[in-house]
Amino acid sequence: MDIADIRELYQDVILDHNKSPRNFGKPHTHTHTSCGHNPLCGDTFELFCTVDGDVITDIRFEGSGCAISKASASMMTSELKGKTIDEARHLFATFTNAVTSPLDSPVDESLGNLVVLAGVREYPVRVKCATLAWHTMQSALNQSQTASTES
Amino acid sequence: MMYNDTLQTARSFSAEEIRKDFPILSRPVGKNPLVYLDNAATTHKPTHVINSIRSFYESTNSNVHRGVHTLSQLATEQYESARNIVRNFLHASSQQEIVFTRGTTEGLNLLAQSFTNTVVGNGDEILLSGMEHHSNIVPWQMLAQRTGAIMKVIPVLDDGSLDMQTFYAMLTPKTKVISVVHISNSLGTVNPVNEIVKAGHNAGAVVIVDGAQSVAHTKIDVQEIGCDFFVFSGHKLYAPTGIGVLYGKRELLEKLPPYQGGGDMILTVSFEKTEYNELPYKFEAGTPNIEGAIGLAAAIEYLQQFDMESIARHEESLLRYATSLLEQNGVRIIGIAPGKSSIISFVLDGIHPHDVGSLLDRDGIAIRAGHHCTQPVMKRFSVPATNRASFAMYNTMPEVDALVDSLGSIKSLFA
Ligand SMILES: Cc1ncc(COP(=O)(O)O)c(C=O)c1O
Repeated sequence: MDIADIRELYQDVILDHNKSPRNFGKPHTHTHTSCGHNPLCGDTFELFCTVDGDVITDIRFEGSGCAISKASASMMTSELKGKTIDEARHLFATFTNAVTSPLDSPVDESLGNLVVLAGVREYPVRVKCATLAWHTMQSALNQSQTASTES
Repeated sequence: MMYNDTLQTARSFSAEEIRKDFPILSRPVGKNPLVYLDNAATTHKPTHVINSIRSFYESTNSNVHRGVHTLSQLATEQYESARNIVRNFLHASSQQEIVFTRGTTEGLNLLAQSFTNTVVGNGDEILLSGMEHHSNIVPWQMLAQRTGAIMKVIPVLDDGSLDMQTFYAMLTPKTKVISVVHISNSLGTVNPVNEIVKAGHNAGAVVIVDGAQSVAHTKIDVQEIGCDFFVFSGHKLYAPTGIGVLYGKRELLEKLPPYQGGGDMILTVSFEKTEYNELPYKFEAGTPNIEGAIGLAAAIEYLQQFDMESIARHEESLLRYATSLLEQNGVRIIGIAPGKSSIISFVLDGIHPHDVGSLLDRDGIAIRAGHHCTQPVMKRFSVPATNRASFAMYNTMPEVDALVDSLGSIKSLFA
C-alpha cells in the first residue's frame, strides 16, 4: 500500500471497528487471559483466549479506550482467530514493527487489513494506543495455561 | 526594567493587538493557523520575555552573589530586582518572603520536606482537596509515609465546587496543614481560599495555596488571602519554564529547616557545623535559574502594562461564549461551579478525548486530552479522561469558533 493512503489515520475501517467492535465481550470459558492498561489515556482492555493445542480457537476482548486502541483490538482478534501461537507471535512482531517504523518505510503487505493502523506512526503519542491490545495478547499467551485458567 | 523595549503603562487591552507580541502565535500547524487552547498546561512567551533572556546573556551574564566584578554585580542586581518585581506582583511585604524555585512542584516538595517532623508529625492530619494536581498530592503522601501523618481529602461536589460544609467538619486540632488549589486545572473551579485560610487558621493549621492556575488570570494579594504559603510556576504566566516562586510568611520560613544544602544557602561552613544563610537564600541552594528569574520578572512587567481586570473580563467572555456554543452542540462540560475560571473540561459522548485531541490537532487546534495530572478528579466524575480547552489573554472569539467547528466535524466523522 502506498504511504500516502495511510496518512489519514481515521479511515472508515477504523471508525467501523470502533463503532462495532468484533469479538467484544467476555466469553464463558477461556484458557488464557490478561489485562492491559495505558495509564496515560486510561485505556483498559481485558483479553480472553482459548488455546487448543497450539491453535487460538477463540479470542475476545472487553474494556474501553480510544478509537485507535479499540479498533486495533477488534482487528487483532479478527485476525488471530484460528492462527497458531507462533503465527500470533510473528504477527505481533510484524505489527509493532509497522507502527514504529520511520514514516517513509514500506508497510509489510502481510498485515492485510491491519495496514490501516500503520498510520499511527505519524502520531508518535498514539502508538501506544495501537499496540495496547497486542501487548495484552502477548502477555496472555506467555502465561502458563494452568496459572491463568479460570472461567 | 528587565529589558528596555516599548513597554507601556496603562496600555489598553486588546487581544488582537497583543497577539503581535507573541511570535509563536503566527506560526501555522500543518496547513492551518495555530489555535492554542492549552494555556493551563503552559503559556506562550511575549517578545519582551524572550528579549530579556537574550539581553541577559548578551550583556550581563555572570553568577550571582559571588563576585566582586562588574558583571557579577549587575547579574546580582538584576536577579534581586526580579525578586522585588515578584514581591510587588504578589503584594508580599518583604523580598525575604520570595523564594525562587523550579516551579509549583518544587515549591510544594520544599514545603512537604521542610515540614517533616517540624510542622507535621505522627498522627497529625494533612487536609487536601479532591481536585488537587498530583504535585499537591504525592509530596504529602510521601510526608505522611515518613512521619505517620494522615491525609484527608475534602470532597468535590457535582458541579465541581468544594464541599465546604464537609471541610468545616473535617477540621480538628490535629489538622496541621491545609493545602488547596486556588483554581483547579481540570475543572476551572475557583476555590474560596480566603475562607479556607480563615477557617484553617482558627483550627491552628498552616495553609498553602497552589496558585499555578491563578497567577495569570486574577490579581493576587497574598496578604489579603492571608495564606501562609503560595506557590506558582512562571511558565503558566508567560514566563520561561524552570522558574517558579514560593511565597512564605517570614516568621514561618525562618522556623523551617532548609530543603537542600549547598552553596549560597550558607553563611559559614566547617566540617563540624554549618550556619545557614538568611532568608530567602536559606532555601536557594546552588546557582539559581538566573535567566528564569529575569524572564519571570519580564513577564510580570509585560502583564502589568494592563489592568488585570480587563484581562479577566476578556477571558470571562471567552469562557461564556465557548461554554454556550459547546452546550448548544451537545458537549458535556465537567466542572460548572459558579464563578469558574476560563478552563473548560469536556467530553463528547462516545468519542475518546485522545481521538478528539488528535483530530483537533489536524485542524491546528491545540487542547489537552487526558487526566491533566488529576486522576482523582477523573475518578470522581467517572471519566477516564477529558478534553480541556483553557484560555489565555491572547485568545479570541474566532478561535473559539474554530474549536466548535472542528468538534462538529469530529462528531459527524464518528456518527
Ligand atoms: C493546579 C496545578 N498545580 C500544580 C501544577 C504543577 O506545575 P509545574 O509542573 O509547573 O510544577 C500544575 C501544572 O500543571 C497545576 O495546574
